[in-house]
Amino acid sequence: MIKMAYKKRLDGRKFDELRPITAEVGVIPNAIGSAYFKIGKTGAYAAVYGPRDLYPRFLKNPKRGVLRCNYNMMPFSGAGDRVRPGTSRRSKEISLVTNQALLPVVNLDDFPNSVVDVFVELNETDAGSRCAGICAASMALADAGIEMKDLVGAISIGIVDGQVVLDLDYQEEAYKDGHVADVPMAYIPSMDKISLLQCDGRIKKDDLLKGLEMGKKAAKQLIEIQKKALKAKFEVPK
Amino acid sequence: MEKGKLLIKDKEVVVPGEVLAQGMSYLPSQGTYRKGNDVIASKLGLARVEGNVVKIIPVSGRYLPKKGDVIIAKVTDINIAGWTVDTNSAYRAMLSMKDATSDFIRRGSDLTRYFDIDDYMVTKIFNVTSQNLVDLTMKGPGLKKLEGGRIMTVSPSKVPRIIGKQGSMVSMIKQATSCNIIVGQNGVVFVKGINPEDEILTVKTIKKIEEESHVAGLTDKIKEFLDKKSKKR
Repeated sequence: MIKMAYKKRLDGRKFDELRPITAEVGVIPNAIGSAYFKIGKTGAYAAVYGPRDLYPRFLKNPKRGVLRCNYNMMPFSGAGDRVRPGTSRRSKEISLVTNQALLPVVNLDDFPNSVVDVFVELNETDAGSRCAGICAASMALADAGIEMKDLVGAISIGIVDGQVVLDLDYQEEAYKDGHVADVPMAYIPSMDKISLLQCDGRIKKDDLLKGLEMGKKAAKQLIEIQKKALKAKFEVPK
Repeated sequence: MEKGKLLIKDKEVVVPGEVLAQGMSYLPSQGTYRKGNDVIASKLGLARVEGNVVKIIPVSGRYLPKKGDVIIAKVTDINIAGWTVDTNSAYRAMLSMKDATSDFIRRGSDLTRYFDIDDYMVTKIFNVTSQNLVDLTMKGPGLKKLEGGRIMTVSPSKVPRIIGKQGSMVSMIKQATSCNIIVGQNGVVFVKGINPEDEILTVKTIKKIEEESHVAGLTDKIKEFLDKKSKKR
């Protein structure tokens, strides 16, 4: 029998409540498409460049265009310690999973031998940065006029001391008095497909299934927010 | 057949993944796709309903070379058979010697006499292959090397708005500023006036059109803007 010690969340949210979100599109004028997505104290900029010529040439695909994502935490984005600039094992992994989370929706068949570059830069991080990055990248790709089947909503679910929770922040991820599992996920509603699922920690099957349902619901909410932000760019100024 | 249901209004802004219409009586066109019973948007843009065909006019995106388009391109390299030019798209284009001029060019002669690196030209796309290899030609009315003036780039999806219906917008700007304006389908615009002030006003006006291209009644607004500016001078 597990003792349920985590009865109230540290920041007072409900167990299935998201942190406050702001989303904006077209924040980087030089990029073809760009977006800023902020959830709680985690903020992500995404800039899309391309389709453009791809180098090195061996990466070219003559059948369709290539999507290339790059995830980077800014040096001052952490909780105090300077994040060492440049690629790390972690940022390489997150670049890869971001790419794979977005790949099922983008269609680059019209652009053989070219590349669409997505740069995700995090200016502040407080857990859930890869999910924030995917949300920002999803909006930026749409803003860049790339053909997409749907938008992608990404959120983390997890276990804090036996309790299934949505959208963990850093305090919860670092919770000392019980076991914590962190499961970032990305969901594409129109295909009913999960395009990102990682797990840090142990989680039971029942809890995972419960969490995934929670996450799917939240992903749909996130997509509504993305839609609103994309449409806000075209509102007629009065 | 069962009557379908339209879920959006004409000229409404739609985002990828948004369901535009339900039922098999609506047909997906440019920028949309069918999934089961639904017609869904696959691009960010303005939805247009024409009869029972639903399509999207994109509001952003890079230029994709198309056969027959007149574009403004820049020479990036000179090779044995001709010139490599930048088309402001994902693909560069080739302008071969035989399509560039009707002059006889002796083997090994200096090609910079015709086009040097960094020269701009108005040119026409006469062939695009499945792998988007682009061939250009200089043979046709209005196709020439550009001298003087200034170059600006706009989003290619805004080009129809800058030109206007039967060129109404661009001719209005030409009249007000007495500048020569050439708009390439790839979003590169060439502006040449008698004095730099005219050119600056033209560039400003085109930027304004680009920013407000989705606003209704744009022509009147731009006319007002031009009147005000030309009175000031």
